[in-house]
Amino acid sequence: MKRIYETNLTGAGMWSKIIGRGKILKLTDLEGGANVGMMLYNANERTERYNMPDTLKGQQVFYLRQGICLHTDMGRLIGSIVEDSVGWHDTVCGTSDAGEVKAKYGELSYQEAHNDWYRSGKDCFLIELAKWGMGEKDWMPNLNFFSKAVTDEKGALSYVAGNSKAGDSVSVRLEMDALVVVNTCQHPLSPGGGYVSTPVLLEVFEGDPVLEDDECLNSHPENKRAFRNTEDYHQLGFSR
Amino acid sequence: MKESEQIVEAAGYKSVIGAGDYWWKEIKAGEVLRIHDLEGNQAADTLFYRAGDLAERYSASDTIKKQGGLYLSAGSKLISNRGNVLLEIIADTCGRHDTLGGACSRESNTMRYALEKEPMHACRDSFIRGMQEMGGGIVDITCNINFFMNVPVTPAGELSFADGISAPGRYVEMRAEMDVIALISNCPQLNNPCNGWNPTPVEVLVW
Repeated sequence: MKRIYETNLTGAGMWSKIIGRGKILKLTDLEGGANVGMMLYNANERTERYNMPDTLKGQQVFYLRQGICLHTDMGRLIGSIVEDSVGWHDTVCGTSDAGEVKAKYGELSYQEAHNDWYRSGKDCFLIELAKWGMGEKDWMPNLNFFSKAVTDEKGALSYVAGNSKAGDSVSVRLEMDALVVVNTCQHPLSPGGGYVSTPVLLEVFEGDPVLEDDECLNSHPENKRAFRNTEDYHQLGFSR
Repeated sequence: MKESEQIVEAAGYKSVIGAGDYWWKEIKAGEVLRIHDLEGNQAADTLFYRAGDLAERYSASDTIKKQGGLYLSAGSKLISNRGNVLLEIIADTCGRHDTLGGACSRESNTMRYALEKEPMHACRDSFIRGMQEMGGGIVDITCNINFFMNVPVTPAGELSFADGISAPGRYVEMRAEMDVIALISNCPQLNNPCNGWNPTPVEVLVW
């Protein structure tokens, strides 16, 4: 596949772009222990967005891995996880807020630390969303690539350290033109004891057409029906 | 499990929400809202907003994150997207409520069950009409609470919609910590066990 874009995201960095249908977004954890918070929106109808509940209940899963599709609130797909060397990505715990960052790591201002200052995931989401004319109402429970939180039988959550190693990667094929909003702030349940800033390589590749034996298409009958809804949407709206 | 201290006859407001209907009302800080599962195993899909500012609303992931747990019961604080406490659950005779499963929609019915299920009535349409009356729109509808619904998750990461653990007469009660608006869709879903395959009314009471 031809690579058409690459950038290095610094720790606590943020990024947002529109990526076209069929292209593949690849994230690589360069040093291990990264977290990539992500929200996805239909680039043309931004009220259509990644939907955590429909993604989970549609595939009867609590976490994301290769073969899992990312569903929107409209019965369609916005992405498919076509490659993954990690095996577990969280989408339940949301993102850190300023109060949590201060309580966990203390305060470090830009004045003191310049670009090593402490930021929250929520601030990063709201800053990037604003650049597309969007705001608080557009934020929803997000994806946390590379991070793992497990539950016990009573529902108590615990964060699993060391889930992602240096060089681990995950690739998402966009199933519609998507506004992709990301940041590399820590997972909200990651322990205190130091504000760790972990870089991530972000690449975009030209993708291949989705074939009938596609792993994501066939992993659940719900995905097959959501692919059909997505295909109908594109056939009706666009010639391509 | 925790029984309520409220006296039913003293409630200042009572209303029955039929299956498939929606309801919304402002609950003032300090007031107590009870949702009463009259006939058992009925999902009450519920959203909360700060009164006067729809941009501050219930956030499933902030609530899960702050309590470090998936299920809601007595003691759970319902947290907004700005990290503030909207309400706290102070009594609960059901024991466990879901906030991962979201609402059903006509669109997701096509994905989950069959493309032909699209015309069946769904919570999201009820949320949309209620929200329009409240002065908002589709972007204001976020991931909700499903009172009385049972969505167990295993340590291995499997998730299912299981048979309900509620029963006739069980209730959940919460105290508003700020002036909030509650928006409820009494779920009409007929394709999974969330309503025991038979949607029934719920009652709301306010003290």
